[in-house]
Amino acid sequence: MSDPPFTAALESLNALAGGLFLLTAFAIVATRQTRSCLLLFIAQSLLLATSAFVLSVQHQSLHLAAVGIVNLVSKPIVIPWILRRTLSAEVYARREIDQVLNIPTSLLIALALAVLAYFLTLPILEGVAPQFRSANVPIGVAGLLLGAYTLTVRREAVPMLIGILAMENGAFFAGIALSRELPLIVELAVASDGLVLVFVTGVLVRAIQQRIGSTRVGELISLREESAPDAVAE
Amino acid sequence: MTYRILANVLQVLVILLLSPLTAGVLNRLKEIVQSKRGPSVFQPYRDLWKLFHKDQVLSERSSWVFRATPYVVFITPIFVTLLIPVLTAYPLFLAFMADMVGVGFVLGLGGFFAALGAVDTGNPYGPMGASRTRMVGFLAEPVFVIVFFTLSFVAGSTIPYIVQKHWVNSPASFLEPSHVLLLAAFFMLILADTGRIPVDSASGHFELAMIEESKSLEYSGSGAALMKWGGYMKLLVLMCVFLNVLVTPWGLASEQRATQLLLAIPLVAAKVLLFVLALVVIESSLAKLRLFRISEFLGAAFITCVAAMVARLFTA
Repeated sequence: MSDPPFTAALESLNALAGGLFLLTAFAIVATRQTRSCLLLFIAQSLLLATSAFVLSVQHQSLHLAAVGIVNLVSKPIVIPWILRRTLSAEVYARREIDQVLNIPTSLLIALALAVLAYFLTLPILEGVAPQFRSANVPIGVAGLLLGAYTLTVRREAVPMLIGILAMENGAFFAGIALSRELPLIVELAVASDGLVLVFVTGVLVRAIQQRIGSTRVGELISLREESAPDAVAE
Repeated sequence: MTYRILANVLQVLVILLLSPLTAGVLNRLKEIVQSKRGPSVFQPYRDLWKLFHKDQVLSERSSWVFRATPYVVFITPIFVTLLIPVLTAYPLFLAFMADMVGVGFVLGLGGFFAALGAVDTGNPYGPMGASRTRMVGFLAEPVFVIVFFTLSFVAGSTIPYIVQKHWVNSPASFLEPSHVLLLAAFFMLILADTGRIPVDSASGHFELAMIEESKSLEYSGSGAALMKWGGYMKLLVLMCVFLNVLVTPWGLASEQRATQLLLAIPLVAAKVLLFVLALVVIESSLAKLRLFRISEFLGAAFITCVAAMVARLFTA
């Protein structure tokens, strides 16, 4: 493990996973289709797992490998499966996603958030031990902010859910680099929490869709008891 | 001395003679992917031959711009060939005359004349295509600037030969996220600049939807041949910049020997073939974007490139 070229290769692999992770976070903000949003989330989770495995080899930590395995199973496989089971295909087939802002504007704001993440994490990075000082922390925080931003600008239920999950991905991406001995119980708890979140939201969205015929959260702005004719008409 | 002159000449000849073949292979592979047979890979040569033997028809209303445009479009990629590493890893005579920004400007000159020539005759489709090309052009401009800015940030230079040396000498930095993201952004820029599928359909024959093609509608005979040939060369030149400088900077002649120089030709051809395969996959699996979605495509390229820069900040 102390072999310098090997460590350098691992570091560059980890950095590459980080760069692509950042790119998927941007892409989740920008895509129009629900299906590609989900695919991007799967790609992002795979990159997170890659980074966890690389770091586990680098720091010789079984905990991080376990984190990687839990991520590999729960996010790319179980979460899409649950979403497919609970939601009708119509939700995925929709091409246009409502956004509060148009896409170029929201990408520029996302960019500003990524730069902000860099300045936010500078003091954190100065505080940690040198061997943990990696690109994961700023990229993870950027992923967290971008996920939160997705949640803010999207007006469609499933992409909003993916925004929450992307936030979690970002937090983990930063977390795995900061601690070698991340307790497995925490990771398991968060992973199962994520599953429950997906399940509950999926069922909720399904119910909304059955009642109203749409999952456009942006249109559900007024509470009315009598059946709202304009919403039904759609 | 003579060797260097020969190398330069060979470099130009390779671009000049192999660019129609590249276009032919691209078209043929695309047809094969769509379960058709397609024309022979040598069809572009036959087209050029046929067009050079036909008479040219010029509108009485057109000015010298219309007549000069084919030559400018044809010459500019050849100028660019002198600036970039096509076969050699060591700089040739004119290598330090201009950097990659200069390459973009020289190619931009060809595009500028093509747009002027399209407006010149008063054909209704020409100005439409020209104004659309300008729209794509000014949207691509910030991406273009930021790509080369990031490149000089990452590799320390924008002279193509020096950038190529940078990646060859430090394979560890080859997998850097900034490099990979930069590649993606540059690739998107090439797609937009050469009128490839998410931006424009190069094989479309519907005038109202054309962007790039409609500018050469009015040309006939040798003018049309030069315009076509210039277009093929522009694609190959951009591929060479992308492949030989950024993606696969290996396999070029590193010593001043004729054997190495000749060996570099098939290696470069193999790289170009791989790139063509990637283009075929993209062209056959994606749909053309609506005109006003192009800004989003190029916006995505811009963001990818800035992400490359941010990732560079993060990892450094």
